[in-house]
Amino acid sequence: MVEQSPPAAPGTMIHRHALATRLWHWVTAIAMFIMIGSGIGILKAHPHLYWGRYGANFDSPWLSLSWMPGWVSTGLNILTLPTNYNLALSRRWHLLFALVLAFALLAFMIVSLVNRHFQRQLRVRAGELAPRNVLHDLKEHLAFRFHDPADPSAYNIFQKLSYVGVIFVLIPLLILTGLTMSPALNAAWPWLLDLFGGRQSARSIHFIAAFGITLFIVVHLVLVILAGPINELRSMITGRWRVPGDDS
Amino acid sequence: MTLITRRGLIGGAAASAGVLLSGCDKLAQNEEFRKILFSGEKMNQGLQRALTNRGALAPEFRPDQMSPRFRTNGTRDPNTPDYNGQAAARFANWRLQVQGLVARPLSLSMADIRQLPARTQITRHDCVEGWSAIGKWGGPQLSTVLDAAGLSDRARYIVFTCADLYNGAPYYESIDLVDARHPQTILAWMMNDALLDIGHGAPLRLRVERQLGYKHAKYVMRVDAVASLAGIGRGKGGFWEDTVDYDWYAGI
Repeated sequence: MVEQSPPAAPGTMIHRHALATRLWHWVTAIAMFIMIGSGIGILKAHPHLYWGRYGANFDSPWLSLSWMPGWVSTGLNILTLPTNYNLALSRRWHLLFALVLAFALLAFMIVSLVNRHFQRQLRVRAGELAPRNVLHDLKEHLAFRFHDPADPSAYNIFQKLSYVGVIFVLIPLLILTGLTMSPALNAAWPWLLDLFGGRQSARSIHFIAAFGITLFIVVHLVLVILAGPINELRSMITGRWRVPGDDS
Repeated sequence: MTLITRRGLIGGAAASAGVLLSGCDKLAQNEEFRKILFSGEKMNQGLQRALTNRGALAPEFRPDQMSPRFRTNGTRDPNTPDYNGQAAARFANWRLQVQGLVARPLSLSMADIRQLPARTQITRHDCVEGWSAIGKWGGPQLSTVLDAAGLSDRARYIVFTCADLYNGAPYYESIDLVDARHPQTILAWMMNDALLDIGHGAPLRLRVERQLGYKHAKYVMRVDAVASLAGIGRGKGGFWEDTVDYDWYAGI
Protein backbone atom coordinates (compact mmCIF):
# COMPACT_ATOMS: atom_id res chain seq x y z
CA MET A 1 0.00 0.00 0.00
CA VAL A 2 1.15 3.53 0.68
CA GLU A 3 4.54 2.85 2.19
CA GLN A 4 5.54 0.27 -0.38
CA SER A 5 4.87 2.42 -3.41
CA PRO A 6 7.04 5.50 -3.94
CA PRO A 7 5.71 8.60 -2.14
CA ALA A 8 2.92 10.30 -4.03
CA ALA A 9 3.75 13.54 -5.80
CA PRO A 10 2.59 16.83 -4.27
CA GLY A 11 -0.90 17.79 -5.34
CA THR A 12 -2.11 14.25 -6.01
CA MET A 13 -4.96 12.69 -4.08
CA ILE A 14 -4.24 9.60 -2.06
CA HIS A 15 -6.38 7.32 0.13
CA ARG A 16 -5.10 8.16 3.59
CA HIS A 17 -7.43 6.79 6.29
CA ALA A 18 -9.12 3.38 6.33
CA LEU A 19 -12.89 3.29 6.92
CA ALA A 20 -12.35 1.73 10.37
CA THR A 21 -10.02 4.55 11.35
CA ARG A 22 -12.46 7.22 10.18
CA LEU A 23 -15.44 5.59 11.90
CA TRP A 24 -13.53 5.18 15.15
CA HIS A 25 -12.23 8.74 14.98
CA TRP A 26 -15.71 10.27 14.77
CA VAL A 27 -17.40 7.93 17.20
CA THR A 28 -14.63 8.66 19.70
CA ALA A 29 -14.72 12.40 18.99
CA ILE A 30 -18.45 12.53 19.83
CA ALA A 31 -18.12 10.19 22.81
CA MET A 32 -15.11 12.08 24.19
CA PHE A 33 -16.91 15.41 23.86
CA ILE A 34 -19.81 13.98 25.89
CA MET A 35 -17.46 12.30 28.39
CA ILE A 36 -15.57 15.53 29.09
CA GLY A 37 -18.77 17.57 29.47
CA SER A 38 -20.55 15.06 31.68
CA GLY A 39 -17.31 14.31 33.55
CA ILE A 40 -17.05 17.97 34.56
CA GLY A 41 -20.68 17.76 35.70
CA ILE A 42 -19.86 14.75 37.90
CA LEU A 43 -16.69 16.37 39.26
CA LYS A 44 -18.72 19.39 40.37
CA ALA A 45 -20.68 17.20 42.82
CA HIS A 46 -17.51 16.88 44.89
CA PRO A 47 -14.81 19.06 43.31
CA HIS A 48 -11.92 17.77 45.43
CA LEU A 49 -9.36 15.11 44.50
CA TYR A 50 -7.48 12.83 46.91
CA TRP A 51 -4.79 10.17 46.90
CA GLY A 52 -5.38 6.79 48.50
CA ARG A 53 -8.30 4.56 49.37
CA TYR A 54 -10.63 7.11 50.92
CA GLY A 55 -11.16 10.87 50.68
CA ALA A 56 -13.99 13.09 51.83
CA ASN A 57 -14.58 16.48 53.40
CA PHE A 58 -12.52 15.87 56.54
CA ASP A 59 -9.53 14.61 54.56
CA SER A 60 -6.88 16.59 52.69
CA PRO A 61 -7.37 16.95 48.93
CA TRP A 62 -4.34 17.48 46.66
CA LEU A 63 -6.51 19.52 44.31
CA SER A 64 -9.68 21.44 44.90
CA LEU A 65 -11.67 23.43 42.35
CA SER A 66 -12.27 26.09 44.99
CA TRP A 67 -8.55 26.97 44.75
CA MET A 68 -8.93 27.75 41.05
CA PRO A 69 -9.23 31.28 39.67
CA GLY A 70 -12.70 32.32 38.51
CA TRP A 71 -12.00 31.89 34.79
CA VAL A 72 -11.35 28.17 35.32
CA SER A 73 -14.81 27.57 36.78
CA THR A 74 -16.36 29.79 34.10
CA GLY A 75 -14.60 27.69 31.45
CA LEU A 76 -15.76 24.47 33.11
CA ASN A 77 -19.33 25.80 33.30
CA ILE A 78 -19.34 26.37 29.54
CA LEU A 79 -18.28 22.77 28.90
CA THR A 80 -20.59 21.08 31.42
CA LEU A 81 -23.18 18.54 30.29
CA PRO A 82 -25.98 19.11 31.05
CA THR A 83 -25.46 22.86 31.11
CA ASN A 84 -27.39 23.16 34.40
CA TYR A 85 -25.93 21.11 37.24
CA ASN A 86 -27.66 17.74 37.33
CA LEU A 87 -25.54 14.91 38.72
CA ALA A 88 -28.04 12.22 37.76
CA LEU A 89 -28.15 13.28 34.10
CA SER A 90 -24.37 13.81 33.92
CA ARG A 91 -23.95 10.24 35.17
CA ARG A 92 -26.49 8.92 32.64
CA TRP A 93 -24.56 10.53 29.77
CA HIS A 94 -21.20 9.49 31.18
CA LEU A 95 -22.00 5.85 31.91
CA LEU A 96 -23.73 5.22 28.56
CA PHE A 97 -21.04 6.86 26.45
CA ALA A 98 -18.33 5.15 28.49
CA LEU A 99 -19.57 1.94 26.88
CA VAL A 100 -19.48 3.54 23.42
CA LEU A 101 -15.94 4.82 24.01
CA ALA A 102 -14.60 1.56 25.42
CA PHE A 103 -16.13 -0.83 22.90
CA ALA A 104 -15.24 1.46 19.99
CA LEU A 105 -11.61 1.43 21.15
CA LEU A 106 -11.65 -2.34 21.51
CA ALA A 107 -13.06 -2.79 17.99
CA PHE A 108 -10.61 -0.25 16.53
CA MET A 109 -7.67 -1.99 18.19
CA ILE A 110 -8.65 -5.38 16.80
CA VAL A 111 -9.29 -4.05 13.28
CA SER A 112 -6.10 -1.98 13.28
CA LEU A 113 -4.01 -4.98 14.22
CA VAL A 114 -5.65 -7.02 11.47
CA ASN A 115 -5.41 -4.35 8.76
CA ARG A 116 -1.90 -3.54 10.04
CA HIS A 117 -2.66 0.18 10.55
CA PHE A 118 -0.85 0.10 13.91
CA GLN A 119 2.18 -1.76 12.56
CA ARG A 120 2.43 0.34 9.40
CA GLN A 121 1.58 3.88 10.44
CA LEU A 122 2.05 4.08 14.19
CA ARG A 123 5.04 1.87 14.93
CA VAL A 124 7.86 4.02 16.24
CA ARG A 125 11.08 2.96 14.59
CA ALA A 126 14.33 3.02 16.54
CA GLY A 127 15.95 5.88 14.61
CA GLU A 128 12.92 8.14 15.07
CA LEU A 129 13.57 8.58 18.76
CA ALA A 130 17.19 9.62 18.23
CA PRO A 131 17.69 13.15 19.61
CA ARG A 132 18.78 14.36 16.16
CA ASN A 133 15.53 13.24 14.54
CA VAL A 134 13.36 14.57 17.39
CA LEU A 135 15.13 17.92 17.26
CA HIS A 136 14.80 18.05 13.48
CA ASP A 137 11.06 17.30 13.63
CA LEU A 138 10.66 19.89 16.37
CA LYS A 139 12.33 22.58 14.24
CA GLU A 140 10.16 21.64 11.28
CA HIS A 141 7.07 21.82 13.49
CA LEU A 142 7.97 25.25 14.76
CA ALA A 143 8.37 26.37 11.16
CA PHE A 144 4.84 24.96 10.50
CA ARG A 145 6.24 22.31 8.13
CA PHE A 146 4.44 19.18 9.25
CA HIS A 147 5.15 16.76 6.42
CA ASP A 148 8.34 15.03 5.46
CA PRO A 149 8.98 16.11 1.83
CA ALA A 150 10.42 12.64 1.13
CA ASP A 151 7.26 10.89 2.37
CA PRO A 152 4.50 13.43 3.09
CA SER A 153 1.87 10.93 4.18
CA ALA A 154 4.01 9.34 6.92
CA TYR A 155 3.42 10.45 10.49
CA ASN A 156 6.27 12.35 12.14
CA ILE A 157 7.56 11.33 15.55
CA PHE A 158 5.34 13.79 17.47
CA GLN A 159 2.24 12.54 15.69
CA LYS A 160 3.20 8.93 16.33
CA LEU A 161 3.93 9.53 20.01
CA SER A 162 0.76 11.51 20.61
CA TYR A 163 -1.50 9.05 18.74
CA VAL A 164 0.14 6.08 20.45
CA GLY A 165 -0.15 7.92 23.77
CA VAL A 166 -3.88 8.53 23.29
CA ILE A 167 -4.79 5.10 21.88
CA PHE A 168 -2.62 2.93 24.11
CA VAL A 169 -2.13 4.99 27.26
CA LEU A 170 -4.65 7.78 27.91
CA ILE A 171 -7.93 6.20 26.78
CA PRO A 172 -7.13 2.78 28.33
CA LEU A 173 -6.13 4.60 31.51
CA LEU A 174 -9.44 6.49 31.51
CA ILE A 175 -11.37 3.25 31.02
CA LEU A 176 -9.49 1.33 33.72
CA THR A 177 -9.59 4.12 36.32
CA GLY A 178 -13.28 4.59 35.49
CA LEU A 179 -13.92 0.91 36.15
CA THR A 180 -11.95 1.20 39.40
CA MET A 181 -14.49 3.71 40.69
CA SER A 182 -17.28 1.12 40.41
CA PRO A 183 -17.95 -0.45 43.83
CA ALA A 184 -19.37 -3.59 42.17
CA LEU A 185 -16.24 -4.04 40.05
CA ASN A 186 -14.04 -3.42 43.10
CA ALA A 187 -15.60 -6.58 44.56
CA ALA A 188 -15.19 -8.59 41.37
CA TRP A 189 -11.76 -7.28 40.29
CA PRO A 190 -9.95 -6.00 43.38
CA TRP A 191 -6.64 -5.98 41.45
CA LEU A 192 -7.86 -2.74 39.86
CA LEU A 193 -7.64 -1.07 43.28
CA ASP A 194 -4.14 -2.47 43.82
CA LEU A 195 -3.10 -1.25 40.37
CA PHE A 196 -4.08 2.37 41.03
CA GLY A 197 -3.57 2.54 44.80
CA GLY A 198 -7.19 2.86 45.90
CA ARG A 199 -10.45 4.31 44.63
CA GLN A 200 -9.65 7.95 45.32
CA SER A 201 -6.27 7.61 43.60
CA ALA A 202 -8.05 6.09 40.61
CA ARG A 203 -10.43 9.06 40.62
CA SER A 204 -7.48 11.47 40.64
CA ILE A 205 -5.70 9.60 37.81
CA HIS A 206 -8.99 9.58 35.88
CA PHE A 207 -9.08 13.37 36.15
CA ILE A 208 -5.41 13.77 35.17
CA ALA A 209 -5.85 11.51 32.12
CA ALA A 210 -8.99 13.47 31.13
CA PHE A 211 -6.97 16.68 31.40
CA GLY A 212 -4.30 15.06 29.18
CA ILE A 213 -6.93 14.12 26.59
CA THR A 214 -8.31 17.66 26.67
CA LEU A 215 -4.81 19.07 26.02
CA PHE A 216 -4.37 16.60 23.17
CA ILE A 217 -7.69 17.68 21.62
CA VAL A 218 -6.74 21.36 21.78
CA VAL A 219 -3.30 20.78 20.19
CA HIS A 220 -4.81 18.34 17.66
CA LEU A 221 -7.43 20.88 16.55
CA VAL A 222 -4.90 23.71 16.31
CA LEU A 223 -2.56 21.57 14.21
CA VAL A 224 -5.41 20.44 11.92
CA ILE A 225 -6.19 24.10 11.34
CA LEU A 226 -2.53 24.96 10.72
CA ALA A 227 -1.99 21.97 8.42
CA GLY A 228 -4.98 22.92 6.24
CA PRO A 229 -8.35 22.14 7.78
CA ILE A 230 -10.24 21.34 4.57
CA ASN A 231 -7.73 18.76 3.36
CA GLU A 232 -7.35 17.22 6.82
CA LEU A 233 -11.10 17.11 7.51
CA ARG A 234 -11.82 15.64 4.08
CA SER A 235 -9.27 12.90 4.66
CA MET A 236 -10.94 11.93 7.94
CA ILE A 237 -14.42 11.93 6.32
CA THR A 238 -13.88 10.45 2.86
CA GLY A 239 -10.37 9.12 3.35
CA ARG A 240 -9.05 11.21 0.43
CA TRP A 241 -6.08 13.45 1.21
CA ARG A 242 -4.23 15.80 -1.11
CA VAL A 243 -0.48 15.43 -0.78
CA PRO A 244 0.78 18.84 0.30
CA GLY A 245 3.25 20.54 -2.00
CA ASP A 246 5.92 23.18 -1.38
CA ASP A 247 3.36 26.00 -1.47
CA SER A 248 0.98 24.62 1.19
CA MET B 1 -5.12 30.03 4.65
CA THR B 2 -4.94 33.39 6.38
CA LEU B 3 -4.54 33.79 10.10
CA ILE B 4 -7.89 35.54 10.44
CA THR B 5 -9.69 32.53 9.05
CA ARG B 6 -7.72 30.32 11.41
CA ARG B 7 -8.69 32.48 14.35
CA GLY B 8 -12.26 32.36 13.11
CA LEU B 9 -12.07 28.60 13.02
CA ILE B 10 -10.81 28.41 16.60
CA GLY B 11 -13.58 30.74 17.77
CA GLY B 12 -16.01 28.73 15.70
CA ALA B 13 -14.87 25.51 17.36
CA ALA B 14 -15.41 26.98 20.82
CA ALA B 15 -18.83 28.35 19.86
CA SER B 16 -19.90 25.10 18.26
CA ALA B 17 -18.93 23.22 21.44
CA GLY B 18 -21.46 25.38 23.31
CA VAL B 19 -24.11 24.86 20.65
CA LEU B 20 -23.51 21.08 20.68
CA LEU B 21 -23.80 20.92 24.46
CA SER B 22 -27.09 22.81 24.54
CA GLY B 23 -28.20 20.51 21.71
CA CYS B 24 -27.41 17.60 24.04
CA ASP B 25 -29.57 19.27 26.70
CA LYS B 26 -32.51 19.41 24.30
CA LEU B 27 -31.96 15.79 23.29
CA ALA B 28 -32.00 14.73 26.94
CA GLN B 29 -35.45 16.32 27.31
CA ASN B 30 -36.82 14.27 24.43
CA GLU B 31 -38.81 11.30 25.75
CA GLU B 32 -37.52 8.83 23.15
CA PHE B 33 -33.90 9.89 23.52
CA ARG B 34 -34.19 9.69 27.29
CA LYS B 35 -35.06 6.02 26.92
CA ILE B 36 -31.80 5.48 25.01
CA LEU B 37 -29.83 7.57 27.49
CA PHE B 38 -31.30 5.70 30.44
CA SER B 39 -30.70 2.30 28.81
CA GLY B 40 -27.05 2.59 29.85
CA GLU B 41 -28.04 1.59 33.38
CA LYS B 42 -29.41 -1.80 32.30
CA MET B 43 -26.43 -2.31 29.97
CA ASN B 44 -23.92 -1.66 32.75
CA GLN B 45 -25.85 -3.81 35.19
CA GLY B 46 -26.16 -6.60 32.63
CA LEU B 47 -22.48 -6.45 31.72
CA GLN B 48 -21.35 -6.39 35.34
CA ARG B 49 -23.62 -9.26 36.31
CA ALA B 50 -22.67 -11.29 33.22
CA LEU B 51 -18.90 -10.77 33.39
CA THR B 52 -18.27 -10.92 37.13
CA ASN B 53 -18.88 -13.27 40.02
CA ARG B 54 -22.22 -12.27 41.56
CA GLY B 55 -21.10 -13.39 44.99
CA ALA B 56 -17.78 -11.52 44.98
CA LEU B 57 -17.09 -9.73 48.26
CA ALA B 58 -16.40 -6.01 48.43
CA PRO B 59 -12.85 -5.25 49.63
CA GLU B 60 -12.51 -5.20 53.41
CA PHE B 61 -9.87 -3.10 55.15
CA ARG B 62 -7.69 -3.12 58.25
CA PRO B 63 -8.59 -0.89 61.22
CA ASP B 64 -5.58 1.36 60.45
CA GLN B 65 -6.96 1.98 56.95
CA MET B 66 -10.20 3.54 58.23
CA SER B 67 -11.14 7.19 57.63
CA PRO B 68 -10.25 9.31 60.67
CA ARG B 69 -13.67 10.93 60.42
CA PHE B 70 -16.65 9.51 58.56
CA ARG B 71 -18.80 12.35 57.25
CA THR B 72 -22.58 12.21 57.22
CA ASN B 73 -24.75 12.93 54.21
CA GLY B 74 -28.43 13.05 53.23
CA THR B 75 -30.62 13.18 56.31
CA ARG B 76 -28.47 13.93 59.37
CA ASP B 77 -31.42 13.76 61.75
CA PRO B 78 -34.99 12.79 60.77
CA ASN B 79 -36.24 15.21 63.48
CA THR B 80 -39.88 14.11 63.35
CA PRO B 81 -41.88 13.92 66.62
CA ASP B 82 -42.05 10.12 66.30
CA TYR B 83 -38.34 9.76 65.66
CA ASN B 84 -37.37 12.19 68.39
CA GLY B 85 -39.47 10.18 70.84
CA GLN B 86 -37.76 6.97 69.74
CA ALA B 87 -34.33 8.57 70.07
CA ALA B 88 -35.21 9.87 73.58
CA ALA B 89 -36.07 6.28 74.57
CA ARG B 90 -32.75 5.15 73.05
CA PHE B 91 -34.72 3.19 70.44
CA ALA B 92 -36.02 0.76 73.08
CA ASN B 93 -39.44 0.89 71.36
CA TRP B 94 -38.13 0.71 67.77
CA ARG B 95 -39.64 -2.10 65.73
CA LEU B 96 -38.39 -3.44 62.43
CA GLN B 97 -41.35 -4.78 60.47
CA VAL B 98 -40.60 -7.52 57.93
CA GLN B 99 -43.58 -7.89 55.62
CA GLY B 100 -44.81 -8.53 52.12
CA LEU B 101 -44.13 -11.79 50.34
CA VAL B 102 -43.00 -13.68 53.42
CA ALA B 103 -44.46 -16.72 55.17
CA ARG B 104 -44.11 -15.24 58.69
CA PRO B 105 -44.22 -11.43 58.96
CA LEU B 106 -41.91 -10.27 61.74
CA SER B 107 -41.85 -7.35 64.12
CA LEU B 108 -38.39 -7.21 65.67
CA SER B 109 -37.23 -5.01 68.54
CA MET B 110 -33.67 -3.70 68.62
CA ALA B 111 -33.00 -6.23 71.39
CA ASP B 112 -34.17 -9.02 69.04
CA ILE B 113 -31.94 -7.71 66.27
CA ARG B 114 -28.90 -7.39 68.53
CA GLN B 115 -29.29 -11.04 69.53
CA LEU B 116 -28.98 -12.23 65.93
CA PRO B 117 -25.48 -13.34 64.83
CA ALA B 118 -23.71 -10.19 63.63
CA ARG B 119 -21.28 -9.75 60.76
CA THR B 120 -18.60 -7.11 61.25
CA GLN B 121 -16.91 -5.58 58.21
CA ILE B 122 -14.61 -2.65 57.49
CA THR B 123 -15.68 -1.41 54.09
CA ARG B 124 -15.50 1.64 51.89
CA HIS B 125 -18.59 3.80 51.45
CA ASP B 126 -18.74 5.52 48.06
CA CYS B 127 -21.05 8.46 47.64
CA VAL B 128 -22.53 9.12 44.19
CA GLU B 129 -20.96 12.57 44.54
CA GLY B 130 -17.48 11.05 44.36
CA TRP B 131 -16.12 10.92 47.90
CA SER B 132 -15.25 7.75 49.81
CA ALA B 133 -14.96 6.96 53.52
CA ILE B 134 -13.90 3.72 55.19
CA GLY B 135 -15.78 2.63 58.31
CA LYS B 136 -16.58 -0.44 60.38
CA TRP B 137 -20.12 -1.81 60.38
CA GLY B 138 -21.80 -4.56 62.34
CA GLY B 139 -25.21 -6.21 62.34
CA PRO B 140 -27.13 -9.27 61.17
CA GLN B 141 -27.01 -10.33 57.56
CA LEU B 142 -30.20 -9.38 55.75
CA SER B 143 -30.49 -13.00 54.58
CA THR B 144 -30.76 -14.12 58.23
CA VAL B 145 -33.78 -11.88 58.70
CA LEU B 146 -35.32 -12.86 55.36
CA ASP B 147 -34.87 -16.56 56.15
CA ALA B 148 -36.48 -16.09 59.57
CA ALA B 149 -39.47 -14.53 57.83
CA GLY B 150 -39.60 -17.20 55.11
CA LEU B 151 -39.13 -15.36 51.84
CA SER B 152 -41.63 -16.37 49.16
CA ASP B 153 -40.45 -17.61 45.76
CA ARG B 154 -42.41 -14.78 44.18
CA ALA B 155 -40.30 -12.09 45.87
CA ARG B 156 -37.97 -10.25 43.44
CA TYR B 157 -37.02 -7.13 45.37
CA ILE B 158 -36.52 -6.05 48.96
CA VAL B 159 -37.81 -2.57 49.77
CA PHE B 160 -36.59 -0.54 52.78
CA THR B 161 -38.81 2.16 54.24
CA CYS B 162 -37.14 4.75 56.45
CA ALA B 163 -38.09 7.10 59.26
CA ASP B 164 -36.73 10.22 57.56
CA LEU B 165 -39.13 12.24 55.46
CA TYR B 166 -38.43 14.13 52.26
CA ASN B 167 -41.27 16.53 51.45
CA GLY B 168 -43.51 14.51 53.75
CA ALA B 169 -42.80 11.12 52.19
CA PRO B 170 -40.48 8.56 53.76
CA TYR B 171 -37.11 7.89 52.15
CA TYR B 172 -37.06 4.44 50.64
CA GLU B 173 -34.73 2.24 48.69
CA SER B 174 -34.77 -1.19 47.09
CA ILE B 175 -32.37 -3.91 46.00
CA ASP B 176 -32.80 -7.18 44.16
CA LEU B 177 -32.19 -10.63 45.61
CA VAL B 178 -28.63 -10.87 44.25
CA ASP B 179 -27.64 -8.07 46.61
CA ALA B 180 -30.19 -8.93 49.33
CA ARG B 181 -28.70 -12.43 49.66
CA HIS B 182 -25.08 -11.20 49.44
CA PRO B 183 -23.08 -12.09 52.60
CA GLN B 184 -21.97 -8.47 53.16
CA THR B 185 -25.50 -7.07 52.94
CA ILE B 186 -26.28 -6.40 56.59
CA LEU B 187 -28.68 -4.39 58.73
CA ALA B 188 -26.05 -2.46 60.68
CA TRP B 189 -26.71 -1.28 64.23
CA MET B 190 -23.00 -0.81 65.05
CA MET B 191 -20.57 1.61 63.50
CA ASN B 192 -16.89 1.96 64.38
CA ASP B 193 -17.35 -0.24 67.50
CA ALA B 194 -20.17 1.89 68.94
CA LEU B 195 -23.93 1.98 68.57
CA LEU B 196 -24.88 3.55 65.25
CA ASP B 197 -25.41 7.30 65.78
CA ILE B 198 -28.25 9.42 64.47
CA GLY B 199 -26.17 11.08 61.75
CA HIS B 200 -25.32 7.70 60.25
CA GLY B 201 -28.82 6.19 60.49
CA ALA B 202 -29.60 5.08 64.07
CA PRO B 203 -30.80 2.66 65.12
CA LEU B 204 -30.61 0.54 61.97
CA ARG B 205 -29.35 1.02 58.44
CA LEU B 206 -28.72 -1.04 55.36
CA ARG B 207 -25.21 -1.79 54.11
CA VAL B 208 -25.16 -2.97 50.50
CA GLU B 209 -21.44 -2.84 49.92
CA ARG B 210 -21.27 -3.16 46.13
CA GLN B 211 -23.46 -0.14 45.46
CA LEU B 212 -23.25 3.62 45.97
CA GLY B 213 -24.20 5.37 49.21
CA TYR B 214 -27.76 6.41 48.40
CA LYS B 215 -28.74 2.72 48.28
CA HIS B 216 -27.70 2.29 51.94
CA ALA B 217 -31.05 3.25 53.50
CA LYS B 218 -30.77 4.77 57.00
CA TYR B 219 -33.35 4.74 59.86
CA VAL B 220 -34.87 1.51 58.50
CA MET B 221 -38.36 0.81 59.90
CA ARG B 222 -39.75 -1.67 57.43
CA VAL B 223 -38.49 -4.35 55.08
CA ASP B 224 -40.93 -5.45 52.38
CA ALA B 225 -40.47 -8.37 50.03
CA VAL B 226 -42.21 -7.54 46.74
CA ALA B 227 -42.61 -9.00 43.26
CA SER B 228 -42.47 -5.62 41.52
CA LEU B 229 -41.43 -2.05 42.29
CA ALA B 230 -44.45 -0.64 40.45
CA GLY B 231 -46.87 1.13 42.75
CA ILE B 232 -44.23 1.91 45.37
CA GLY B 233 -43.46 5.62 45.44
CA ARG B 234 -43.31 6.58 41.77
CA GLY B 235 -42.23 3.09 40.85
CA LYS B 236 -38.54 3.60 40.20
CA GLY B 237 -37.34 1.80 43.32
CA GLY B 238 -36.08 4.62 45.52
CA PHE B 239 -36.47 8.20 46.64
CA TRP B 240 -33.64 9.62 44.48
CA GLU B 241 -34.54 7.35 41.60
CA ASP B 242 -38.11 8.74 41.72
CA THR B 243 -37.26 12.39 42.16
CA VAL B 244 -34.08 13.08 40.17
CA ASP B 245 -33.60 9.96 37.99
CA TYR B 246 -30.62 8.46 39.79
CA ASP B 247 -29.86 4.96 38.53
CA TRP B 248 -31.66 2.21 40.45
CA TYR B 249 -28.59 0.01 39.87
CA ALA B 250 -25.81 1.90 41.59
CA GLY B 251 -22.97 -0.59 41.20
CA ILE B 252 -21.06 1.91 39.05
